[in-house]
Amino acid sequence: MSALNRLTITEARDLLRKGEVSAVALTEACLGAIQGAGKLNAFVHHTPDLALERAKAADARLASGDAPAMCGIPLGIKDLFCTQGVASQAASRILDGFKPQYESTVSAQLRDAGAVILGKLNMDEFAMGSSNETSVYGNAVNPWKVDARDLTPGGSSGGSAAAVAADLCLAATGTDTGGSIRQPAAFTGTVGIKPTYGRCSRWGIVAFASSLDQAGPMTKTVRDAAIMLEAMCGHDPKDSTSADLPVPDFEALLTGDIRGQKIGIPREYRMEGMPAEIEALWARGAEMLRDAGAEIVDISLPHTKYALPAYYVIAPAEASSNLARYDGVRYGHRAKLALGDGITQMYEKTRAEGFGHEVQRRVMIGTYVLSAGFYDAYYNRARKVRTLIKRDFEQAFATGIDAILTPATPSSAFGLGEMAEADPVQMYLNDVFTVTVNLAGLPGIAVPAGLDAQGLPLGLQLIGRPWEEAALLNTAQVLESAAGFVSKPEKWW
Amino acid sequence: MSEIDLDTARKVAHLARIAVPDENLPALAQELSQMLDFMEQLNEVDIDGVDPMTSVTPMRLKRRRDGVTDGDQQAKILSNAPDAREGFFAVPKVVE
Repeated sequence: MSALNRLTITEARDLLRKGEVSAVALTEACLGAIQGAGKLNAFVHHTPDLALERAKAADARLASGDAPAMCGIPLGIKDLFCTQGVASQAASRILDGFKPQYESTVSAQLRDAGAVILGKLNMDEFAMGSSNETSVYGNAVNPWKVDARDLTPGGSSGGSAAAVAADLCLAATGTDTGGSIRQPAAFTGTVGIKPTYGRCSRWGIVAFASSLDQAGPMTKTVRDAAIMLEAMCGHDPKDSTSADLPVPDFEALLTGDIRGQKIGIPREYRMEGMPAEIEALWARGAEMLRDAGAEIVDISLPHTKYALPAYYVIAPAEASSNLARYDGVRYGHRAKLALGDGITQMYEKTRAEGFGHEVQRRVMIGTYVLSAGFYDAYYNRARKVRTLIKRDFEQAFATGIDAILTPATPSSAFGLGEMAEADPVQMYLNDVFTVTVNLAGLPGIAVPAGLDAQGLPLGLQLIGRPWEEAALLNTAQVLESAAGFVSKPEKWW
Repeated sequence: MSEIDLDTARKVAHLARIAVPDENLPALAQELSQMLDFMEQLNEVDIDGVDPMTSVTPMRLKRRRDGVTDGDQQAKILSNAPDAREGFFAVPKVVE
């Protein structure tokens, strides 16, 4: 048997149930791997005692014969999730020292299913970024490496992606507001699914843009994503936007049969200047699905090019409102005040010290587009364009399209620091293929599909109909097995 | 081309309650202008008769009985406060 931390959820579950491995042994293997991976800076808060305590409880539950699939599975949790008694600071200085008195619904469901928490994972500050470079902890590093450069694991769920790709944990939680699960998954050769808006409760997850945020699993295989997603989903009275719909047994619906499915190829995703390798990978992905019996159909999503500008109005607007709560009064950082400073100076100094540059920029642009005189010109216009973007997808689905195949990212992982001189819009282009999915509230999954000429992973994205994650995962698994992506990063850390 | 001038940048920073020193205002104004330029593309879209999106998944918000479901957690609520005294959050003076 290979090292236990290299197992998939599926393999570990089966071994745990057969009694051939213990949750404690699995957990110790992961804790050891984490200890040896400081250079990746993926785990930023460590909870070894809690992990072993949960692992022991999981072993007892497994012995009693009544254990759900996630019981005893060691996970990393993105720092955006509030975890009771464990530092949760959204990679921001402004939440320095914050230890929630409560547990987010998603991480509580995983805990109640017996999963083991190994610690908290690095990310971009408040999930704002595509390279993990806006984190107060410093950037996480991609375990994939092809030359002297350190590469980004993507963002914002960069720590989650790096940890899963480097086998520091069996899987991790992520969140996705514009591509923050799917882009890092693509950059690290892992699987990440953002479910339909409303599938996972947002309660207890630090809010960025509430109409776009969704949690999802980041895993080594599509089957693992199906297993973990099921444990994360479900109605929660504490989130009024969480859907009161039954959660299917996603794993049982992985039939491997996609005959007769209609897969749309949106012509607007063929971007100018797209690397030939990505175009070729996309074409190969379509061929694989055709060979598996699907019908490939050219479709049009005419408002695609307006998705990024609409997103960069709506998301900062919601962020400026959500982040108003960080005022130095109830939790986190408070600036040292000068004699005679009043409450306004306290707010302004606290927020200037506590928020990093990108967060400040987004809060201010959001404030501007919501301010008197500009609300209609920017915010309302963007919300109308959002309606049109969603309508594009509805019209495609109305013609019988079951899923849409696109590239996941416009490039493979880039070097850390390489975008430092670029204007912010260049960084935002990372989300060009993923952001439409958040605006339309749809499920989307990134599946590793090959390596580029440098030897770095590339992913393809499948987009599904609302609430049809089961069908989406099934198609994704067919793509995964046809692509046969088995490469792993060589250990250098 | 949208131009954010220094006064507008200063005003936005104040509305957002973020202290920005005067010497940083030109850079801020330029960054905000860049982002607004990017958003200008939205003006190409015909939005006549289109409703702004209010809910991405059409669903009716659930209602519940209007009753007390939570409370009596003062110690927990204050446990993360930078300055809590006598059961309250403490802040600098609010009125002159």
